[in-house]
Amino acid sequence: MQPINERALKLGDDSLILGQRLSEWCGHAPMLEVDLALANIALDLIGQATLFLGRAGDPDALAFRRDVLDFRNCLLVEQPNGDFAQTVARLFLFSNWQELMLRDLCSSDEFGDIARKSVKEVAYHARYASEWVVRLGDGTDESRGRMIAGLDWMWRFTPELFEGDAAPLRGEWDARIDAVLGDAGLDRPKDSRPILGGRKGHHSEHLGHLLTEMQFLQRAYPGATW
Amino acid sequence: MYTTELEKQRMASAQEDPEKLAEFDARVAADDFIEPKDWMPEAYRKTLIRQISQHAHSEIVGMLPEGNWITRAPSLRRKAVLLAKVQDEGGHGLYLYCAAETLGTSRDEMVEALHSGRAKYSTIFNYPTLTWADIGAIGWLVDGAAIMNQVPLQRTSYGPYARAMVRICKEESFHQRQGFEIMMTLANGTAEQKRMAQDALNRWWWPSLMMFGPPDDNSPNSAQSMRWRIKRETNDEIRQRFVDATVPQAEALGLTVPDADLKWNEAKGGYDFGAIDWEEFYAVVRGEGPVAKERMKARTKAWEDGAWVREAALAHAAKRAQRMAAE
Amino acid sequence: MSKALTGKALTSKEWPLWEVFVRAKNGLSHKHAGSVHAADARMALEAARDTYTRRMEGISLWVVPSASIVASDPGEAAALFEPASDKVYRHPTFYVIPDNVKNI
Ligand SMILES: [Fe+2]
Ligand SMILES: [Fe+2]
Repeated sequence: MQPINERALKLGDDSLILGQRLSEWCGHAPMLEVDLALANIALDLIGQATLFLGRAGDPDALAFRRDVLDFRNCLLVEQPNGDFAQTVARLFLFSNWQELMLRDLCSSDEFGDIARKSVKEVAYHARYASEWVVRLGDGTDESRGRMIAGLDWMWRFTPELFEGDAAPLRGEWDARIDAVLGDAGLDRPKDSRPILGGRKGHHSEHLGHLLTEMQFLQRAYPGATW
Repeated sequence: MYTTELEKQRMASAQEDPEKLAEFDARVAADDFIEPKDWMPEAYRKTLIRQISQHAHSEIVGMLPEGNWITRAPSLRRKAVLLAKVQDEGGHGLYLYCAAETLGTSRDEMVEALHSGRAKYSTIFNYPTLTWADIGAIGWLVDGAAIMNQVPLQRTSYGPYARAMVRICKEESFHQRQGFEIMMTLANGTAEQKRMAQDALNRWWWPSLMMFGPPDDNSPNSAQSMRWRIKRETNDEIRQRFVDATVPQAEALGLTVPDADLKWNEAKGGYDFGAIDWEEFYAVVRGEGPVAKERMKARTKAWEDGAWVREAALAHAAKRAQRMAAE
Repeated sequence: MSKALTGKALTSKEWPLWEVFVRAKNGLSHKHAGSVHAADARMALEAARDTYTRRMEGISLWVVPSASIVASDPGEAAALFEPASDKVYRHPTFYVIPDNVKNI
């Protein structure tokens, strides 16, 4: 078992970075109703991040004053939003994993309280994203093409989710993903060589830009309170 | 103001049935509510559609200046608060579009009117958010001004509009306070933060006063709108009330209102303030605001980029219905 | 703006409107809260949740396609509702019972 700090950072950074990504949609979604939905999901995630990071130290210091090498989120969540299908693909693959992971975490001494609150939120995220995978996969030719491309972009980063302790979740996750893809009339993307490294601080090029934006004020005005 | 009529309208003195008209006028005068299926004069319907949709557009376009800072909010708490706040504005737009739809228009039609430039929205959202302090200034001044205008509209004559306003006012209550809190933190912060706060007040003060619309002597439709209870106070009355309420708040922040002519007038029990640059106001109404093009481009892009999503969801629903029918 | 998006032609491409009813807590009936646009029932339910229950306003939701609502016509209001106005005998206050008679 990793030290509590390391585990809290993994949990918190996953939620933080995905929350940040989803908040980029605010005001730009395909439909007003979808805009509100994505904001709600982002708010859940930012709340989770605050709680999990709080177990490792001062959440704001951790969110706004660490550099790339110290972030422990998986590569999947930092991937760019792309079009709506790519955003849905990322949320679908991640939330279905996060729900299983949190469910197991509910009985943990260190994080059980946070997990029990968060798992309900994430169950909704997973369902919401799964439904959109079906709508887009089984919608028009264009939406189907975009959904396939979105899943394809994200798929390389899914093996990282099952590193270490999380390996036993693989079977159930596969079953869930396959069921939804079946409903959507989509094939499972082809496995390729896994892209790994996020949990060790070796991220994609995207994270640096995300942090540049997110951390701007705290970096530009060291020592100020907001 | 969100709901100020920005376009001169020709009040159709169309040939309405005088008996029905008299009955309608009496109901409105008696503070009764008009509901969607009730008879109403065509001019009332048109004016309401324009006013409510303008209000809705203002909420939606208003998401952009503040949305500009969500990804750069300086703490997790500020990020969550700002995201929740901007999301609320989206919700307000949604309630209002739905209220307007009860009058026989569609959301698509209203959106199209916005994107084509036919429909207007509040001038205030055509100004840029340059620093984090602008987020404080918008919450404090812009939401503060909006609340003043919206509270009386909870008793406006058209039922669905009034009900939407009740919900909106309930949600607005935290918006102004979070803005003021940001300003307070900055005003009590480092010299750089204080400078940021003062600069934001300098830039947002006059546009905020313009939000209430043209002066009364140049606001021809006020009287009819007041009779119809779709407007409850004149532009100048409410502007005066805003100045009187806000100047002491600026003083509490230790910030200076950028108006050399601002002076307490004991006799009228309110502040005298300097002349508003109406030329700037009318230019912004015409679509010449500093970031007007950027705002419309962002809205149009979101709408056009989303077209395939909206289409796909309908196509999927149709396929599912077809499969169900076949079973 | 694409040329397709003009006038009535586009209404068929619009997600249908749904009416939203929220039960604030058990023991109360569902109350009309507003509307949402959604392409299917599940989406309507989620949109209702994301729009009308963000501040713990409810514990149960109904969504109904707006087109399915059958409403009475205000022009008929007199015929529909005024006949009830003279049926005062339906109200308990219509009956005079002496003060000393209890529990009735
Ligand atoms: Fe609002
Ligand atoms: Fe607001």
